[in-house]
Amino acid sequence: MAAAATMMFGQEQMISSNNDMAPDWTSKEVSTGTTIMAVEYDGGVVIGADSRTTTGAYIANRVTDKLTPIHDRIFCCRSGSAADTQAVADMVTYQLGFHSIELDELPLVETAANLFKASCYRYREELTAGIIVAGWDKRRGGQVYSVPIGGMCVRQQVSIGGSGSSYIYGFMDANYKTGMTKEQCLELVTNAVSLAMERDGSSGGVVRLAAISESGVERRVVLGNQLPKFSTH
Amino acid sequence: MSSIGTGYDLSASTFSPDGRVFQVEYAMKAVENSSTAIAVRCKDGVVFGVEKLVLSKLYEEGSNKRIFNVDRHVGMAVAGLLADARSLSEVAREEASNFRSNYGHNVPLKHLADRVAMYVHAYTLYSAVRPFGCSFILGSHDKDDGPQLYMVDPSGISYGYWGCAIGKAKQAAKTEIEKLQMKDMTCRELVKEVAKIIYIVHDEVKDKAFELDLSWVGEVTNGRHELVPKDIREEAEKYAKDSLEEEDDSDEDNM
Repeated sequence: MAAAATMMFGQEQMISSNNDMAPDWTSKEVSTGTTIMAVEYDGGVVIGADSRTTTGAYIANRVTDKLTPIHDRIFCCRSGSAADTQAVADMVTYQLGFHSIELDELPLVETAANLFKASCYRYREELTAGIIVAGWDKRRGGQVYSVPIGGMCVRQQVSIGGSGSSYIYGFMDANYKTGMTKEQCLELVTNAVSLAMERDGSSGGVVRLAAISESGVERRVVLGNQLPKFSTH
Repeated sequence: MSSIGTGYDLSASTFSPDGRVFQVEYAMKAVENSSTAIAVRCKDGVVFGVEKLVLSKLYEEGSNKRIFNVDRHVGMAVAGLLADARSLSEVAREEASNFRSNYGHNVPLKHLADRVAMYVHAYTLYSAVRPFGCSFILGSHDKDDGPQLYMVDPSGISYGYWGCAIGKAKQAAKTEIEKLQMKDMTCRELVKEVAKIIYIVHDEVKDKAFELDLSWVGEVTNGRHELVPKDIREEAEKYAKDSLEEEDDSDEDNM
């Protein structure tokens, strides 16, 4: 997932140049630098994200919610340009809502992922959006689909994304095992996002979590002072 | 029998004083003049049977098929004006294909039936066009929803069924279908019964030769809609012919 892991500090060519007197963040695009991830378990998914939005070096929002509901049991984790991901998520929310009403059924996670893929691929030259779609449906249970920059779509049991994810690939390889319970997944996601926040300058704040299953969506926040500590020095 | 519209039947955009749209009713008459098509849903699939009347010995065998493939997992049997039906089968194919392109999975049959029914209905609203002169039956099977069967008529309504019949002998066919315990049968058993029903309702006096078209979709075909293989079809036709002879014989005994 190298494409999703590159540092995202805005597309300077799109913003007009200013004089040297103004701080650099006035000319930088708002980015959700980010660490995001999603894990499947038997009966649902657990998703997590940090809460930092940056314009250059300035933290525009330190309590961002990057876990965006798309439908009753489908969420997406957004990384990349804040504007791009919000715009695409809004489009998909509309399309999926309409589709669900037509079908008179809860939509499939696969459908949501394909809708994200359609927009992210068609407008790939203009967008910077790395998205993880995760949710529950009655046909296939908990599912995670990764739609990174460029607009491919692939289902995975675990997916990590955003600039902070580079620092936790090793951690995930070592600590993820199939057949984990919901509580184990929540702990894994909390630990992983915290570790990434510790090392990535574009990730920080609080850890937002959500567990999605047939019975509903359970949201949690792990505040700054409650984050697991790993460093002993 | 048939009532005369007297002025209110000239276009589909006109209601009659008693609230009927005669053009749509006339379209349904076109379906009733056509030979019979039936479809039955069983516990592991759907079977289609069509009585294809052969008007001339010069026709190539198997021409003018009345069963179409709409998608890999969806089949369609039609009755009425065949050209209208062909055009609608293209519409259904496009709908199914667009759905897969937009949403990434097979179209659910109810949704497809609704979409095509909406299209048929659109042609009952304007005086510039005429309604479609055909009814059709859509059937599919997938592992999540199981077997599904829907029928659409020229007015643009779609109904879900366990068994349905369209065409000239639809009443007689419906009576026969109601006798079946379809929910407990498998496709293999049902194929023979469907063939038998077509043979029963076929009118030997008015219509001479006919070809029996059989197709199915279900677990037996791994979810693909296909024409029934030649050997199974021949076995089904033999069963149908033998059953009819038995009935004839038993009639003689009663005499």
